Amino acid sequence: MPPDEQQKPEYLSGSRLERILRAGRFAVTAELNPPDSSDPEEVYEAALVLSRVCDAINATDASGANCHMSSVAICALLTRAGYEPVYQVSCRDRNRIAIQGDLIGAAAMGVRNVLCITGDDTTAGDQPEAKRVFDFDAIHLLRTAKIMRDQGHFLSGRKITTPPRLFLGAVSNPFVQPYEWRPLRLAKKIEAGANFIQTQYCFDVPRFQMFMEQVRDLGIDQKACILVGVGPLRSERAAEFMRTKIPGVVIPDRIVERLRKTPPSKKRKVGKDICVDIIQQVREIKGVAGVHVMAYRQEELVAEIIEEAGLLPRPRQPKAPDRDPFRQDRKWKRDREGERGQDQDRNP
Amino acid sequence: MSVGSWVRNHPKILESAYLGTTWVFERLNPLLGFLGYRKIEPWILPLEKIGKKVLFDCRMCGQCILHSTGMTCPMTCPKNMRNGPCGGVRENGNCEVEPDMKCIWVEAFQRAQNMPRYGKEMQLLQPPVNRRLEDRSAWITMLTKEDVEVPSGWEGVSALTILEKDSDCWF
Repeated sequence: MPPDEQQKPEYLSGSRLERILRAGRFAVTAELNPPDSSDPEEVYEAALVLSRVCDAINATDASGANCHMSSVAICALLTRAGYEPVYQVSCRDRNRIAIQGDLIGAAAMGVRNVLCITGDDTTAGDQPEAKRVFDFDAIHLLRTAKIMRDQGHFLSGRKITTPPRLFLGAVSNPFVQPYEWRPLRLAKKIEAGANFIQTQYCFDVPRFQMFMEQVRDLGIDQKACILVGVGPLRSERAAEFMRTKIPGVVIPDRIVERLRKTPPSKKRKVGKDICVDIIQQVREIKGVAGVHVMAYRQEELVAEIIEEAGLLPRPRQPKAPDRDPFRQDRKWKRDREGERGQDQDRNP
Repeated sequence: MSVGSWVRNHPKILESAYLGTTWVFERLNPLLGFLGYRKIEPWILPLEKIGKKVLFDCRMCGQCILHSTGMTCPMTCPKNMRNGPCGGVRENGNCEVEPDMKCIWVEAFQRAQNMPRYGKEMQLLQPPVNRRLEDRSAWITMLTKEDVEVPSGWEGVSALTILEKDSDCWF
């Protein structure tokens, strides 16, 4: 994407991801597995591994309709430590009033990237009896965030004194039906306000090439930056689980077969190699601006994958995060562990 | 195959029917306005409810956009998607939530291709649903223009416009 100096508009946000993408650098984002814990250290431990190898960290919003630490809280913790989060907002659990409030709240906490998604249905998760909200769909959410940022008011028309500066993202899944409409739907999302796109897991590169061909024909790769979703498969069982249980994940049989034929001790390595290989293939496709690594329960592999794909070092490494604001948290944790130890002494 | 699905699979007929209904209501508008929309609504509502239920499995959102969504009711989508399919469509084209139901947007897309007049409206950015209009007559809200009221700052644009604009590029 050639940045035209004369026309160059101002930055939309103070986002590092925006700067990197606009500079034409190949961006890398990664997904943080949200903890089932109220301990902030668990967020920091996961983030520390990721921050060294990626430009922004995605905080998922109860993905798969399973309850975890909320994305806005994870983002608040990450920004306090100087990390660059991507705040994922889904429409499944909150109505428009809550969503608009969270958007300015997140911006106040220093969040600059927002990924707007409709969200998996409640039936995909472990509490299928929950009420689904879906007051908005992803496009409503995108346009609302754009209105709040660019026009500086809520959907009611009431003014926001300091509008949120947000770099808006959307998701796309080129791997499911109706295939011919997927590029047009992406165009719709970009018109609604998306500046960057993160796709669903890409395991079917030929299908993705066809999608990108249509995208380039429409010229929309010039209007938003497309980051391709990738991730390692642990085994053929994990692949089978993902493609049957996680909505929208398509894994071709040839990949599952390849894993099945691999001896158990090598499965992990082969899964990783497949992922590295896919990154290298999609990197060659015109119009691809980066990759988004989603390693569900395998974060330790993210660094290896990004290194082996030749994507290191990352531009503008963040400073070592200043952990001082959390001295209180750590002290609290130490005290708590001390108390637990004493409890155990008393009740063996 | 039910009457509803047969009719929905002939979107060209429905397109003409839509045009006809709109024409009739526009002609009746002065009379209905004179009688009072609110007074007339209880009489029209059951008619509309039954007719649309049989033909479209209508959910009475009160702001009908059928002609812009391939003559397929977007409220029958379990996630109430108004702007197109989610990313959870199964490999066989079925719904993420209801495994035995065809994704309504997969159907809508096929139908829209047989709709010469309104097929392109699939690319319109549909505004959020006005929940106050639920269980109201969409025929009446169309005449009172309540169904096209949009939130502040929301422009009724088509995604096709970005394909035409050259300068609207943020980087």
